[in-house]
Amino acid sequence: MEFAQQLLNGISLGAIYALIALGYTMVYGVLRFINFAHSDVFMLGAYAGLLLTPKLGGGTFGGGLAVLAASMAVTAALGVVIEKVAYRPLRGRSTLTVLITAIGVSLLIQNVAQNRQVGFGPNPKAFPAVFPQKTFSWEVAPAMTNTVAATADTAPTVNVVPAKTLSVNTNQLAVLVVSLALLGALHWIVHHTKIGTAMRAVSFNATASSLVGINNDAIISFTFALGSALAGAGGILYAMNYPTIDPLMGTLPGLKAFVAAVLGGIGNLPGAALGGLLIGLLETFVKGSRWSTYSDAIAFAILILILLFRPAGLLGKLRVEKV
Amino acid sequence: MPPKSQLCLLAALAVAGVATAFAGRMDPYFLDVLLSVGVSVVLAASLNLINGFTGQFSLGHAGFMAVGAYTAATLTKTLGAKLLPLVGGQPWVLLPLALFAGGLTAALAGFLVGAPSLRLKGDYLAIVTLGFGEIIKVILQNVEFVGGALGLNGLPTTLNPAWSGVIVFATLAAPMLTVYVVWGLLNSTYGRGFLAVADDEVAAEAMGLNTTRYKITAFVVGAFFAGVAGGLYAHIKGTLTPGGFDFNKSIEIVVMVILGGMGRHVGVILAAVLLTVLSETLRKFGDYRMILYSLLLIVLMLTRPQGLFTWPLWKRKAA
Repeated sequence: MEFAQQLLNGISLGAIYALIALGYTMVYGVLRFINFAHSDVFMLGAYAGLLLTPKLGGGTFGGGLAVLAASMAVTAALGVVIEKVAYRPLRGRSTLTVLITAIGVSLLIQNVAQNRQVGFGPNPKAFPAVFPQKTFSWEVAPAMTNTVAATADTAPTVNVVPAKTLSVNTNQLAVLVVSLALLGALHWIVHHTKIGTAMRAVSFNATASSLVGINNDAIISFTFALGSALAGAGGILYAMNYPTIDPLMGTLPGLKAFVAAVLGGIGNLPGAALGGLLIGLLETFVKGSRWSTYSDAIAFAILILILLFRPAGLLGKLRVEKV
Repeated sequence: MPPKSQLCLLAALAVAGVATAFAGRMDPYFLDVLLSVGVSVVLAASLNLINGFTGQFSLGHAGFMAVGAYTAATLTKTLGAKLLPLVGGQPWVLLPLALFAGGLTAALAGFLVGAPSLRLKGDYLAIVTLGFGEIIKVILQNVEFVGGALGLNGLPTTLNPAWSGVIVFATLAAPMLTVYVVWGLLNSTYGRGFLAVADDEVAAEAMGLNTTRYKITAFVVGAFFAGVAGGLYAHIKGTLTPGGFDFNKSIEIVVMVILGGMGRHVGVILAAVLLTVLSETLRKFGDYRMILYSLLLIVLMLTRPQGLFTWPLWKRKAA
């Protein structure tokens, strides 16, 4: 049952990675660059949840949903602002320039958030209950006592085997339900709406899309809003399962989610979801094994193997370079 | 009469020697900043060979620095008591040897990282090198021999009179040697290959250049000097922790190269000096220091993305 419990934990961690990875992959799809500030939008999502929970009546089902929706709106707006101020003036410049700017934006957000006067301060803060708290457990194997009979030189001993239980709390359920709902919504937007079609067009060929009358800048803004909203939701879901939040909490999940996006094939939406799930599962199982101290390295080791043997990722298509 | 460039190097080394002789009378804070500048220049000049001149975007330079730092520190601290008598009790012999060994292990790490991953390009290469940097950090955190997550401390520093001279001299001479080697390499026949790879890899390949070999060579040479810089850093700070060689450290070095103007010698050196001094000057703003640093970075990228020091005069000649 250890296995089933780990599987459950892994899937809920993986779902969060998937939400963040989708933001990376969508931005890469339209702009071909790694948005390093994405992991900090994820962090700000968690802080938005922290600040909004008492105001919007978190802790109840409806209030929790309101907090989630409001935080997603806040991060979506932030994503659009970041793109307008820092990335749009660099449109058409070399990828490296944009990459360094993204790193600068990331550093700026982290350091403003760490500042005591203008930000949240560097110390970790406890995250409130957004949804009602309840734990469901199933006893899958009852407690047992084994009696070892006395031998010539030992007294009889009684070994108590504790009951094996599988437990799920509402936080984990919320992660699964919310992320599935968001993935469904994203799929619908990208494949069944006009703006989604435009997004795919820009990602396929930006010049051609502007020739057929698509406003590329508007679509890029929309992509940032969508990706940042998902990261904001991911931030809240992550914070619900890990009790404290701090201004640097985004860095490592952000890097791992990026790895997930590459693993699935960057620019590919189902790939990002699959990659997130795989990385989450792997990390959880490695954490439960005796190599637990290496769990942060495992994502990168996978990344390197994938890039060496299947550079386009699991679901990506290799583009042939034309001269 | 040796060629002009070698005379320049000799003159520079003589300056380093004179500066070392007066190190004892310098303000300790000034000396500390001066030595930090030396390490930064070695790091920036070596990364410039990889990122700037060969055009391979690497985000793992701090990882190679860590390998060199830990190797050198192990030789002078953990094994120092055994090794010092072998070289006649002379730090002047042991430290350069330790730095060289640090450079070699870092170069080996560079080869192991570069050989498989240099088949990748652009963003992907950046992410793989970033991943390797993180892996090196996690491995160091788990090796008890080098102190695990607590790191190594109590290394000989400039506060130790027997070591002070050699540490100061090595830290001042290393940037000059690095710049000389990188400059000399690029102006050799072999070095033209690096520039060709950076300008157009496909064209270089079509001309019959073995691009993979050039990329790996640049990577190994860059990693070697990063290792030397790591060894110097270890003996300036006196303590090493794996967390000190994280992603942010790599970024710091990349920023120096980009601000200096990728693939420019003088600009990158100036940027390394400027940023190191700047990060010290901004200390008086306390909590706002890093906010100012990142704002400056964004503004510079928006207004001068080609680098700060890129006037026509310093455009690389005939490259």
